[in-house]
Amino acid sequence: MKTLADLKKIREKAQEEMKLRGGSVRVKIVVGMGTSGIAMGAREVMKTFLEEISNRNLTDVLVTQTGEKGLSSMEPVVDVIEDGKPKVTYGNMTPDKVKKVVVEHIVNGRIVSDYVVATGN
Amino acid sequence: MSLKRIDLLICCGSGCLSAGAMKIKERFHEVLQEKGLTNEINIIETGCMGPCDYGPVMVIYPEGIFYKKVTPADVDEIVSEHFIKGRPVSRLMLQDEEENTFSTQKEVPFYQKQVKVALANCGYIDPESIDEYIATGGYEALGTVLTTMSPQDTINVIKESGLRGRGGGGFPTHIKWQMVHDNPGAEKYIICNGDEGDPGAFMDRSLLEGDPHRILEGMMIGAYAIGSNAGFLYIRAEYPLAIKRIKLAISKAKEAGLMGKNIFGTDFCFDAEVRTGAGAFVCGEETALIHSIEGGRGNPTPKPPYPAVQGLWDMPSIVNNVETFGNVPTILLKGAKWFASMGTATSKGTKVFALTGDIRNTGLVEVPMGITLRELIFDVGGGMSGGNKFKAVQLGGPSGGCLTADHLDVHVDYETLKERGAMMGSGGVIVMSDKNCMVNIAKYFMDFCVDESCGKCSPCRIGLKQMLGILERITSGEGKEGDIEELQRLGEAIGKLSLCGLGQTAPNPVLSTIRYFRDEYETHIRDKSCGNKVCLPLMHFNIDKDRCIGCSLCARKCPVTCITGSREEKYTIHQLECVKCGNCQDVCPVKAISRIPGMHPEVTAKRETDAKSTNHHED
Amino acid sequence: MTLEICKKYAPTKDNLIQILHDVQDTHPQHYISSAAVDAIAEYLNVPANHIYGVLTFYTMYSTTPRGKNIIRLCESPPCYIKGSENILRKLKIALGVQTGGTSKDGMFTLELCACLGVCGNAPVMMINDDVYGDLTEEKVDEILEKIRRER
Repeated sequence: MKTLADLKKIREKAQEEMKLRGGSVRVKIVVGMGTSGIAMGAREVMKTFLEEISNRNLTDVLVTQTGEKGLSSMEPVVDVIEDGKPKVTYGNMTPDKVKKVVVEHIVNGRIVSDYVVATGN
Repeated sequence: MSLKRIDLLICCGSGCLSAGAMKIKERFHEVLQEKGLTNEINIIETGCMGPCDYGPVMVIYPEGIFYKKVTPADVDEIVSEHFIKGRPVSRLMLQDEEENTFSTQKEVPFYQKQVKVALANCGYIDPESIDEYIATGGYEALGTVLTTMSPQDTINVIKESGLRGRGGGGFPTHIKWQMVHDNPGAEKYIICNGDEGDPGAFMDRSLLEGDPHRILEGMMIGAYAIGSNAGFLYIRAEYPLAIKRIKLAISKAKEAGLMGKNIFGTDFCFDAEVRTGAGAFVCGEETALIHSIEGGRGNPTPKPPYPAVQGLWDMPSIVNNVETFGNVPTILLKGAKWFASMGTATSKGTKVFALTGDIRNTGLVEVPMGITLRELIFDVGGGMSGGNKFKAVQLGGPSGGCLTADHLDVHVDYETLKERGAMMGSGGVIVMSDKNCMVNIAKYFMDFCVDESCGKCSPCRIGLKQMLGILERITSGEGKEGDIEELQRLGEAIGKLSLCGLGQTAPNPVLSTIRYFRDEYETHIRDKSCGNKVCLPLMHFNIDKDRCIGCSLCARKCPVTCITGSREEKYTIHQLECVKCGNCQDVCPVKAISRIPGMHPEVTAKRETDAKSTNHHED
Repeated sequence: MTLEICKKYAPTKDNLIQILHDVQDTHPQHYISSAAVDAIAEYLNVPANHIYGVLTFYTMYSTTPRGKNIIRLCESPPCYIKGSENILRKLKIALGVQTGGTSKDGMFTLELCACLGVCGNAPVMMINDDVYGDLTEEKVDEILEKIRRER
């Protein structure tokens, strides 16, 4: 390391690694992991999100979980929250649907309306 | 490297480690392995998060959920409920008396009045990762200083910020720096004083353990300002974890090219080495510390010459405290004005305090200078523990003094505390309840100083021992009229005549307790009674016959079999034989045994006969 | 043995304190023998009396053999306020020793020390490099038992 610019590069990379602790993220994906969500396969959904986002090196995306969301009939349920945009809720998610949501919504910004069960707060 | 969805920060400061944090961490590894979650969750060991009393504590991001007093048995529930189902475990969250639950770290009242500068990263980053330090803006200040500022510019910023030494004396940091900057020397040394020995102070340990790179960066900025290429971190051997972490930080900084030759491509070269103490409190005094680094006895030497003129190996040297260095990078990053906007007219910035004793939230806190003792103890510290009443607070360790309930609205800054007979010291705050005897506490501090006196100068070596002797007499019922005045006379003389800070300040606890609790000394001396039932010779145990159920448990537990009786006659303590161990009081199922202030009349009578017979022999 | 340790450090006087630590820590009985002092004196080219002067100044060094594990109970005021005296009494009974003594089985030496800086969890003690906090008499038994089993 020889310059402040070198330091900045390391800092930016390190900040991405620490983004869970309050760094700025573009998109937050929240997987509903209540008992019924898990019974319907939320674990696999979560895993696929983590893998897909990691494989594509999407550093500005954060994946987290929440409890029961009260949409039992549509589990697994996933919220996609982007700064300044209404929340999009997808239902009846599967690993294959996750892959599509990542490509279409997270990468290209096109909501996959077939899977959407609710929008807004 | 796969994407993580949870950062689990486990406090691994010495406090939480002592409460079993390692076992928790191991259990998490096991459970995550079992459930196949290791790829999704980051386990990070951090430095001290502050509220040691709640240890082991942890914070879970992204939500920032705060759990306290976690046991290995709780780990399964945290993983299956929180990590898998997204339902944080509320029974592990902090609750106050009104049963409000504080789920996230930000909501916890302990953190709310705090402003973290030196402690900013403690408990937030992994201290063994240089990248995490860099992520928080680490080494940016050093880079900026080296590439855009002259040494004099750097000193000017510190001057403008008003930073003063955080180790005790409160000497303005820029004056020391300027002196060494101006003094010629073939070599100049910068020394970090990590020989934190004040009983009840542990901020330096927590900083070295929790954010070691910050200290190194502060030191290197100082080194550049004074023109030094070599530094030493003197850390007491009682802090093995701090030593390990700082050594690791040095090697990581060297690997990254942030320490060593031509740092940031400039001409500035710097190397640091760790030296450990070996159990001598006096080595916190800067001249003693220097002798110890040189490999000798840690005896202080008279000043002048000051270390800034003739220090380590007779070269101009700076000795700054750990916390002082901890403030330096942030001052340069955020500017002198920002730092000076906090605090009072003469005491700028923030100060780390270690809250201990009979206080609910023991631990480490950082607050702006000028906060009142009331805010510090009752708001941040959560008030007294166990429903006890506040009696006094000892500030500044064995060199400081006691303040009372009348002083709760005093603003905490260097000058105000000194006027009241206490001192900032390194920031130890020992809170005492009405269960404590002030004479006993003063004796305790004196005992510490007698132990730690290096023996070089006679006022400290002999004088303190005399004071301790008087205090021992007073607390064992042999006090006499004139003792208080003698203590004051000795104390003032020792304070004026001692060679170094240890002796100069050692009488303070005695002098300040006499000043504010003279009546307690007087009852000890005149009535041979310890009102707080702490000094054993000046109190006795008594069995209340009306409450005694004659179970004989006390008699069976008495180590000197001085309790006799029967179910019918109840039990009695034979006062002359009693060693006052207190076992009987602990085991009594109906609480019939209590402590009574003063000697028992039988004991007083025996003492009088004994005294007469000795006099008789002498005739 | 001592010489090997010495050789890890440059033969300059300022390394004395680190060498003494190293020699003491590697000795199974945690002390510095007179033979070791002589060896260090020769290596650093300083008189042995200088070394004794230094090593007796610092409380952590011992010139007499000690137990396998060194227990250091903090005797500072924050621990005292929280009842360290009871812990000391408990340790003395459990180990059958006075302060400074070594248990008959050679497992433990009981010492007192100044503040360990873990005051938030007072009373505390350090056994070798590990700190144990929030001590109670029951916990002392558990800890001693665990160490006895491990070593």
